[in-house]
Amino acid sequence: MFTTEPAKTVFQPPRRSGVVKSSEHPRAKKVVGIVVTQVVVILGVLLSIFPFYWLVVMSTNTTAAIFGFPPTLTFGSHLFANIANVFANIDLLRALLNTLIVSLACAVLVMFFDSLAAFTFAKYKFPLQKPLFALLLVTFMIPAQLSLVPNFVIMAHLGWVGSLQALIVPGAANAFGIFLLRQLATGAIPDELIESARMDGAGFFRTYWTVAIPLLRGGLAFLGIFTFIGAWNDYVWPLIVLVNPQQQTLQVALSQLNSVYGTDYGMVMAGALMSVLPLIGVFLIGSRHFIANIAAGAVKG
Amino acid sequence: MTVATERVEVRPPATGDPAPRKKGSALSRFWPQYLAISPFYLLFAVFGLFPILFSLFISFHDWDGVGKMTWVGLSQYVYLVGDPRFWNAVGNTFIIWFLSTVPMLFLALLLAFTLHQNIRFKGLYRVAFFLPNVTSMVAMAIVFGSVFSDSFGLVNSALTALHLDSVPWLTSDWGIKVTISVMVIWRWTGYNAIIFLAGLQAISEDVYDAAKVDGAPAWRIFSQITMPLLRPVILFAVITSTIGGLGLFTEPQVLLGDAGGPNEAGMTMVLYQYNQAFTNFDFGYGSAIGWALFIISGVFAIINWRLISERNENGRFSMRRTRVHH
Repeated sequence: MFTTEPAKTVFQPPRRSGVVKSSEHPRAKKVVGIVVTQVVVILGVLLSIFPFYWLVVMSTNTTAAIFGFPPTLTFGSHLFANIANVFANIDLLRALLNTLIVSLACAVLVMFFDSLAAFTFAKYKFPLQKPLFALLLVTFMIPAQLSLVPNFVIMAHLGWVGSLQALIVPGAANAFGIFLLRQLATGAIPDELIESARMDGAGFFRTYWTVAIPLLRGGLAFLGIFTFIGAWNDYVWPLIVLVNPQQQTLQVALSQLNSVYGTDYGMVMAGALMSVLPLIGVFLIGSRHFIANIAAGAVKG
Repeated sequence: MTVATERVEVRPPATGDPAPRKKGSALSRFWPQYLAISPFYLLFAVFGLFPILFSLFISFHDWDGVGKMTWVGLSQYVYLVGDPRFWNAVGNTFIIWFLSTVPMLFLALLLAFTLHQNIRFKGLYRVAFFLPNVTSMVAMAIVFGSVFSDSFGLVNSALTALHLDSVPWLTSDWGIKVTISVMVIWRWTGYNAIIFLAGLQAISEDVYDAAKVDGAPAWRIFSQITMPLLRPVILFAVITSTIGGLGLFTEPQVLLGDAGGPNEAGMTMVLYQYNQAFTNFDFGYGSAIGWALFIISGVFAIINWRLISERNENGRFSMRRTRVHH
């Protein structure tokens, strides 16, 4: 973004089209433009992060203080008391552990199966390759809600209702990741490298492991974080299939805490805070890479 | 923004020797490849394809998920067509979709254009804008529920402090829809802004330079270059927000409960399906609703697609629209 005029001015005309005649004061207009820009962006940032600030405010105050008039707008000192209340009412550690297991398992399995399929589709020719890939794209169009009821019945027959594999297994491979990594693999893995691996006597899976995986690292990291976040936040399916109150994910446990103890805002908010903090951590670690990938995917797709 | 020209179709059969023509040997020759792609197709067969057919089968039955299935033919669908609660949910879903998508796209474009300028801390801003999108909607629905709470919420406290009437955000028909829409807008504006920004950055400087050499006025560059080149990205945003909007569930369920709040004003299509299938244990009707959702979403997607691609052909509908907003 070091280039100067053209790109920046392009979108401004509409905004200032009403004052086109006053072009005798380009500098003044420029200053106004910069101020307006900054105000818009900073307002956007404030609105984006305000609910997080408010979440912290509420989880550090007593319910009475939150509900007072005027309400408390600053951090209080009741965070630990509120957290202790959460632990007294629900098995938050268990829910956290369950969520961690499901999210990690989904992320690792998706990274493995999707990259394997993506590498194969990108670099090998085999009978039925094209129709199989087309089928993969068609599956994008099937809405998840169509299979909520039958999948519950399937899980019941498998004896998986109430257990974590009901969350892990169906999500162990997906069309999105295969599609994404295939795009990447086509350009990122030179055919010569595959050829020379073959000359060295490496079989298909060895080539995948030693040649493809290292070259797909960036895409894999993105897919892993993306899957982890998605699994962490998944709500409707765990709500349906985890029927045992003792065996919950964070989102479902939090929702139950809210519906049962909804009047104790301080405590519920402390629970909510603990459910979002780990995820925000994961996001912040990979944020630059993550955002760039999301944006690039949308622009190319 | 890497350019897609890398994807030249050089794909020699890396497995080596020229493929023998015999079909029977395909599996033995290419078994590693088939094995490598098989997990997705196996999972799809079990948890994707089979459930679709199975749900059609269930929808022709009366079934509580435990007892005996009774064949009822099309009567679930007949009931659905005349079910006011279902159509209420359909209406609610579309109203919320509209209330959230239109402001969201406008705000996202505005943010993208401002971020596209040479401002400082751009990376930091992008993280802040993206944060809502990765955060659990359950937690945030609880937060929004308290912010918009009728009696003690922050918004109503502010209104009262300004000597304005407080609004029954969580108990009135429109209040509920607006609150849910605000949550959707909050969650997706930054996401779409970052995608629009990437779209803006992907437009080559050469295009602008060429236009400038030709002496095109700035508004013309905007309307005939920037917006048309941005259209695919806007289309992407419209499609994702349609998919998300018609599948809306977490926000109303956490905010208002399984019944969608007073008067079912926050009952969405998926929430109604959940309500029928998993709180009433009416699996047959729940499956029929699932198919109705599928058809409604399909028709809506086709309408959306046709509208946008027609605009695409005869020029500049969407750019004109965006220009009006500025």
